[in-house]
Amino acid sequence: MSKLIKSSAFIPDTYARVGDDAALPEGAVLVSLARFEKERETLLARNTPVGVLLQSDQSPEKLGDDVTRLSLVALDFPKFRDGRAFSWARMLRTRLGFTGEIRAVGDFLFDQISYQHRVGFDAWLVPDTFRLEDFAKALAEMTDVYQPSADGKKTIRELRAGR
Amino acid sequence: MYRYDEFDARFVAERVQQFRGQVERRLSGELTEDQFKPLRLMNGLYLQLHAYMLRVAVPYGTLSSKQMRMLAHIARKYDKGYGHFTTRQNIQYNWPKLVDVPDLLDDLASVEMHAIQTSGNCVRNVTADHFAGAAADEIEDPRPLAEIIRQWSSLHPEFVFLARKFKIAVGGDKTDRAALQWHDMAVEIVRNAQGRTGYKVIAGGGMGRIPYIAHVMKEFVEREDILAYLEAVLRVYNQDSRRDNIHKQRIKILINTIGPEEFRRRAEREFDEIKRNGTLQLPQEELARITAYFAPPAFETLPDEMPAGDKAFTNWMKTNVYPHRAPGYAIATVTLKSIGAVPGDASADQMDAIADLMDRYSLGEIRVSHEQNLVLPHVRKKDLPAIHARLQALDLATPNAGLITDIIACPGLDYCDLANARSIPIAQDIAHKFADLDRQHDIGELKIKISGCINACGHHHAGHIGILGVDKKGVEFYQLQLGGSGAEDASIGDILGPAFGEHEIADAVERVVDVYLKERTPGERFLDTYRRIGMAQFKTAAYEKPISEKSVA
Amino acid sequence: MAHAPVSGPQMLTANCLRQGDVLYWKAGGWVLDFTQGDVFADPAAAAAALEAAQKFVTGNRVVSPYLFEVREQNGKIRPVKEREIVRAAGPSIRTDLGKQAHV
Repeated sequence: MSKLIKSSAFIPDTYARVGDDAALPEGAVLVSLARFEKERETLLARNTPVGVLLQSDQSPEKLGDDVTRLSLVALDFPKFRDGRAFSWARMLRTRLGFTGEIRAVGDFLFDQISYQHRVGFDAWLVPDTFRLEDFAKALAEMTDVYQPSADGKKTIRELRAGR
Repeated sequence: MYRYDEFDARFVAERVQQFRGQVERRLSGELTEDQFKPLRLMNGLYLQLHAYMLRVAVPYGTLSSKQMRMLAHIARKYDKGYGHFTTRQNIQYNWPKLVDVPDLLDDLASVEMHAIQTSGNCVRNVTADHFAGAAADEIEDPRPLAEIIRQWSSLHPEFVFLARKFKIAVGGDKTDRAALQWHDMAVEIVRNAQGRTGYKVIAGGGMGRIPYIAHVMKEFVEREDILAYLEAVLRVYNQDSRRDNIHKQRIKILINTIGPEEFRRRAEREFDEIKRNGTLQLPQEELARITAYFAPPAFETLPDEMPAGDKAFTNWMKTNVYPHRAPGYAIATVTLKSIGAVPGDASADQMDAIADLMDRYSLGEIRVSHEQNLVLPHVRKKDLPAIHARLQALDLATPNAGLITDIIACPGLDYCDLANARSIPIAQDIAHKFADLDRQHDIGELKIKISGCINACGHHHAGHIGILGVDKKGVEFYQLQLGGSGAEDASIGDILGPAFGEHEIADAVERVVDVYLKERTPGERFLDTYRRIGMAQFKTAAYEKPISEKSVA
Repeated sequence: MAHAPVSGPQMLTANCLRQGDVLYWKAGGWVLDFTQGDVFADPAAAAAALEAAQKFVTGNRVVSPYLFEVREQNGKIRPVKEREIVRAAGPSIRTDLGKQAHV
């Protein structure tokens, strides 16, 4: 079992993850890219939030202009070593201007959370055993950063210059 | 050289604390080995054949005497009294215990050193010419940019789980002493037709199973845009590299699969976006600020005279002393290649003595070259005899820099979990065989590089003579390659033929060298003769004696 | 580690998690000295030992246990592969280091 963290709290997951052949329930749904491409009009015509789950080899560019109409993009980590989703999250935030929820799902480590946070993830699907204080700890381990990213956090260079 | 400010110091300290926590979670079982492995690799810690191995970063190969003394201290306190200087300008310790490593890293942090990203699928140590800031013909010291790249790439959130390792080098000289074309990505400082200084970026080079020379990505990048362009290349690599076959996941594979032109197109697209975004612009003030750390020392005004000395001194001068930009100064190579020694190894006592030499004669600074030697960058010519005498006493004055016994060898099967064969004993055999100095000088420049497996940490593809250890039914055999180069005339060595046994390879090398001696025209190095006449005669000579099925002593 | 079925004698090795030392399986535990380690003439016994070793992995005591082939030479048990010979002794070019130095 798993639970969802967002804004440093556990929140209920309001999205139903719907398989490619399953019937669409009422309410917010999270579907695969394949299903979204096939049924986008139906999905977007509903008055409920739509989320798309991208595999690690699926660039958010494939969502095209629809990305602004989604309230959730979930990015899968099939294996924690597969770091493509870090770039996908950054792309969603910075290039595509996505302001919805970017959710990390799949196999990722506590030690990746701070990087995920920097590149634009704002929600994490974590195991039931995960403790909230560990989330805060993950974000607090490194005070400063050397390089800019999607989080807009001030870099060490900017801090040095007193900006 | 660069000096940490409070931000750098805190960064490294927090990183050690983070790793300490990861070690605790590993020991408690909260992290499995599979989960812990990438985390410890990104802190430079391998599990090797006999023990753990820690690779400490030496950014662009530059060390202060204080740091050198700490490296000696670490060798004594946490290891077995020695360290190994590597082909990427780092230092490795072969016997630390996992439980001690956090304390070891705290000790390193106290002298502004770390082991961050010296392994793992991330940007590794940024290397540069070991003569940087000292060589007479340098366009610009590459180290300020190397430092800027080091900071930008440190825990870069998007690029810490790349498909594979990523090695960057910076060059500031027409003479390439940093093997730029063999790197995943390299930056060459250049001047355009208008006389403006900027950067040429190349990418897609690499050793390993399938060697490649890098392609030009962009002929001229403006100074302020360099980080934006490097980020663009890394972004394309992270997004588009395959992840299904570990042997096909370096950037060289991606670039050669989609073609350099298509890669350039994708990188250009990212580059445009990053520039529009503006956050990665490198301001002139920042470049100037970092450059100030590397300002040339105040050189004395000295007569530019070479002192005299005995035969040993003169021999040493021939190979180990290089012209310096300042009159009266020189660059001196401290060879870690005495005949029969382990290439690249230095004892704690040697390190301490070297630190004293650094303070006394080289303005407190030394460089680690990627050829497993050390370099004193700023010595006064008049001090050379005293330096030489001291080095002789320490067995660090072998007059063979660039000669056939100045061999590069990876740790190989004597240490490394990945190796198929031992490389160090082969280096020792060859060194013994060619020990005669007159003979070495007659042969001239000949770079032998030995790797114990296809990971090519010995850079054998770039050897004038390259040797690759292979495993044939549990027995060590050695494959010969000829004609590789890691300089600006980069080339991949050609495989000669079937592998030689452990007790045959040194003889085969000798027969190959004899062909060169017979066929060369005046002024030709081994590499030049090989390129002129091709492989045929070398091959015939090498296999003159039939290879035995088994390697018998 | 998947290999073709082995018929000859084998031994079991791993690394100590905390210290990094090379270890050899002996009678339900581990020893540092290769010459003290159990030799399995029979592949089933070898497989059973590898299975039993897993609790040291889950118990966070050792890392990556695996079987390797040995043979008798001049009355002594020796590893077949050069890699295991080096691993049991220490670096061949520094006989003052590693297990060989403790003999």
